[in-house]
Amino acid sequence: MARLAQLALPFAALGGIGPTNFGERVRTMKVRVHVSLKNGVLDPQGRAIHHALEGMGFAGINDVRAGRLIELDLADDVTDAAIDEMCAKLLANQVIENYRIEKVS
Amino acid sequence: MGFTAAVITFPGSNCDRDMAVAIEEITGGTVHRVWHGDSDLPQGLDFIGLPGGFSYGDYLRSGAMAARSRIMQAVIEQAARGVAVLGVCNGFQVLTEAGLLPGALLRNDGQKFVCRDISLTVGTSQSLFTNGFFKDQKITIPVAHHDGNFYADAATLDRLEGEDRVAFRYAEPVNGSQRNIAGVLNDAGNVLGMMPHPERMIEAAHGGSDGRVVFESVLRAVGVAA
Repeated sequence: MARLAQLALPFAALGGIGPTNFGERVRTMKVRVHVSLKNGVLDPQGRAIHHALEGMGFAGINDVRAGRLIELDLADDVTDAAIDEMCAKLLANQVIENYRIEKVS
Repeated sequence: MGFTAAVITFPGSNCDRDMAVAIEEITGGTVHRVWHGDSDLPQGLDFIGLPGGFSYGDYLRSGAMAARSRIMQAVIEQAARGVAVLGVCNGFQVLTEAGLLPGALLRNDGQKFVCRDISLTVGTSQSLFTNGFFKDQKITIPVAHHDGNFYADAATLDRLEGEDRVAFRYAEPVNGSQRNIAGVLNDAGNVLGMMPHPERMIEAAHGGSDGRVVFESVLRAVGVAA
């Protein structure tokens, strides 16, 4: 039963194409979530990038920290509180990461 | 009724069979294989195993997607009731992401996947999972991971040590883990996460059997005749 429900999910996600919504313009907004490692959390990936840049001959690099950018395309009635909850509950792990929400449009 | 266990399989788990075989062989009990999308666990469980692997392709963060899968609600409920829960490798990552264990597992500090037998020190013998060892015992269990670098803030690390919740430490440099932590217990002592794979060290053909003791300890603590 559970597996059937999962199969059905992608079709539910396409609900906006259903006949009742046909022709309606759905207003959306783009949100960028910037996820970065907290200060003090070792970033081996950033360190490797740092070394690579220096190996390529670039000078003056004091530090490199690698993060993650997640772009969300949302219906414009999604609340700020809901976006914040998405970040806190899944998009960032607050044990090690900070996040910043940027509304693009 | 004999020892009853469940091993969860997430998409991308690859040590689930090994863990099920280890539990069956060592406890003589019944092992239910449970799919991540199921809502319910079998009744009357003594033990839940979260296996190693690369659940959901390690998307977002290792263990992050699996921690939000349907079956984890049931695992969290059973953990709250005191059922023994062991997460190995990716299972450990899932437990931290699910909030059942403190800290997080970062990329190894050497940036490389580490896959070899590791010397460990037993941190405590006072737990469901380690009562068959003695404290400070040196044991050998293999690791195989890319994200095993245990991180928690200093206050959390102090608390883990003060409450005797460090189950295992690396006795040699492996991945950059804070205070060489290889496995930690939750505050109630019934949830253990560890990066080394005890299920891969249960008979002479594996090169040793130190891993058996983890499962034997649970069997002894739960008090179910095999």
